[in-house]
Amino acid sequence: MSVQHHILSVLVENKFGVLTRVAGLFARRGFNIYSLAVGPTEDERFSRMTIVVDAESAPIEQVTKQLNKLIPVIKIVELAPADAVERELMLVTVKATAEARSQITELASIFEAKIDDVGYDALTVVVAGPPEKLDAMTVLLQPFGILELQRTGRVALPKLARRPAKLRAVRTRTG
Amino acid sequence: MKITGAQALIKSLELEQVEVMFGLPGGAILPVYDPLIDSSIRHILVRHEQGAGHMAEGYAHATGRPGVAMVTSGPAATNVVTPLCDAYMDSIPLVMITGQVPYAVIGTDAFQECDTVGITMPVTKHNWLVTDAQDIPRIVREAFHVATTGRPGPVLVDVPKDVSNQLMDWEWPETVDLPGYRPTTKGHTKQVKDAARLMGEAQRPVLYVGGGILKARAAEALRELAELTGFPVVTTLMARGAFPDDHPQCLGMPGMHGNYTAITAMQKADLLIALGARFDDRVTGKLDAFAPDARIIHVDIDPAELGKVRRPDVPIVGDCRVVIEELVKAVRAEKGKRSWPVIDPWREQLREWQARYPLVYEQFEDGPLKPQYVIDTLRDNSPDDTIVASGVGQHQMWTSQRWKFNHPYTWVNSGGLGTMGFAVPAAIGAKVGKPERMVWAVDGDGCFQMTAQELVTASAERIPVKVAILNNAYLGMVRQWQEMFYEERYSEVYLSPDLPDYVKWAEAMGCVAFRVDTPEDVEPTIQKANEIDDRPVVIDFRTDYREKVYPMIAAGTSNDEVILDPAHDPHASGH
Ligand SMILES: Cc1ncc(C[n+]2csc(CCOP(=O)(O)OP(=O)(O)O)c2C)c(N)n1
Ligand SMILES: [Mg+2]
Repeated sequence: MSVQHHILSVLVENKFGVLTRVAGLFARRGFNIYSLAVGPTEDERFSRMTIVVDAESAPIEQVTKQLNKLIPVIKIVELAPADAVERELMLVTVKATAEARSQITELASIFEAKIDDVGYDALTVVVAGPPEKLDAMTVLLQPFGILELQRTGRVALPKLARRPAKLRAVRTRTG
Repeated sequence: MKITGAQALIKSLELEQVEVMFGLPGGAILPVYDPLIDSSIRHILVRHEQGAGHMAEGYAHATGRPGVAMVTSGPAATNVVTPLCDAYMDSIPLVMITGQVPYAVIGTDAFQECDTVGITMPVTKHNWLVTDAQDIPRIVREAFHVATTGRPGPVLVDVPKDVSNQLMDWEWPETVDLPGYRPTTKGHTKQVKDAARLMGEAQRPVLYVGGGILKARAAEALRELAELTGFPVVTTLMARGAFPDDHPQCLGMPGMHGNYTAITAMQKADLLIALGARFDDRVTGKLDAFAPDARIIHVDIDPAELGKVRRPDVPIVGDCRVVIEELVKAVRAEKGKRSWPVIDPWREQLREWQARYPLVYEQFEDGPLKPQYVIDTLRDNSPDDTIVASGVGQHQMWTSQRWKFNHPYTWVNSGGLGTMGFAVPAAIGAKVGKPERMVWAVDGDGCFQMTAQELVTASAERIPVKVAILNNAYLGMVRQWQEMFYEERYSEVYLSPDLPDYVKWAEAMGCVAFRVDTPEDVEPTIQKANEIDDRPVVIDFRTDYREKVYPMIAAGTSNDEVILDPAHDPHASGH
């Protein structure tokens, strides 16, 4: 994750074909999707897409303006990483010889990961958390030999205010 | 009351005040063609579905009302992709109805099945696959609403055959409810004021007028703004006629084949007021070098246009007519407050350029027929409010340059997509929409061969359009590029002047046809053609294949590097 990323939380109508419209728009305009997660929301009429785009391929203002033109797109919120709670899930299958096994389980417990499957000479670890945590875990598992790895793509919501809203001076608009 | 989906579809179109539609039936749309027999809607049977799409576009161009076309599934649906894309690029309101294989067999590669909604997604503003006949009235309402509001554009409704046959309870929705679609029409008051203030500071302003003015029916408002400020006006290829060419403030067309003054006025401006224009590459030339000193006010109903190409100093999202009316008020207020700069030196400069670099050509009495001479003669012998359609190529540029468009909605052309074959069907659609007006298509010989068969439609339906083929025996515009940029290495651009024989071909299609080879025959033949009003007319003008379109800005170069007609060569003309 070296390049600058933007996170868009996009509320869309829950109808068939909406994902195609969104994905097609990105392809057509030459915007690159880094990750994409789609799921239902609290309201069954809508779904939420969490789209991570790399800022270089995609001038974010154009992306949101073009997305807004799609009829089934209801609302777009751009989440600055600092203002968002981001979570991702990862499954990793690592080689686990008899000697390595305990080291991997130890690592997993540090990362609050779980061993979800155990094979003759491999383990599948599941870990959830902010994307950086998943990156770190990946690096540390690499020496054992990663056989397969699957990440879900991010979901994100805005961070909540910790304090009651402060009264701020209302800025007056002058000519 | 129970009716079929097909009946509901026709009834919905009637309630949307559709008077005419263009189309061609086939298996999947059969159920809908049956209730059409009993409908008030006039149906025009085309000879190729592409023609139906362009006719609907021509109708929309001329009338401002949405054009409607209906075709069957599979190959018919793929045949309308070109007009849909054309309408998408030029923001033409179009409602396309396609038949689809029964919903029950979608996904099985059934006979004449194709993923119409998938294929047309990138070339429509929105499209719908109807899965339940009960939804038809709502979807038709939504389709017309989306096509005609905000930034207009084409929409498509794909109707499976079993849905057309399904019984439904008729109910017409009173309102449209699309939570994700709320175009902004009124400009932001503060931005409008900012714009007026910038206008009051400019020394070298230009009103840069695009097709959005026509879509917004804003020609009158524009004229008021122009006359109030005295600012010069350029009208892009899509906006010809939005401001009268005979108005002293009108500079005509800018861009790749614009005139020197319009191009250079934009280039040297210190303020561009872009109204319903989109900074197309054919207008800006090399972007980094475009209008380097200009501040930008950009008005458009599509927020995505603001800042897409050039970052505006004052962006205003809104309907051009509404915003211009607000601007007029704001300018009046601004003018009341303080004195505005005198822009006389700027106007003087523009007049000087106009005098020094007019459009030029020379018709020798016994020499080959010049296309420009044909266009000028046609213009001078046709009513002032004649509607002119064109194809794509040299003939299009000459027509746009030379015609005097003094009324809005008199120029019907394919700008964004540049679709050869547009002229004949678009002219037919325009004539259907405006039967009382004279309609001429100025077409190229290459373009004509792409869609000429629609003249059969025109003859059969008694739609008396007129076609002037500027027959230079070449794909002229491509030839021009090969001559100028590929060292005269001509590759696959020769067509032949008499294969086909255009006169015989036109006669076979039920038209009156003439051939003109010499300058002295031009005027009398046009006059003869203009007297015919009961069937289509075609004139085959044999024009000089060597003639090139000037001025020209080579692709990728700056608008400072206008290539003028060699007749302007300072050495040749003795400057
Ligand atoms: C459908 C389509 N195919 C190809 C082109 C590329 N093209 C642009 S202008 C042109 C030549 C048009 O020839 P003609 O109709 O004879 O017009 P002329 O330039 O000779 O006036 C061509 C091939 C196009 N614009 N549209
Ligand atoms: Mg030609």
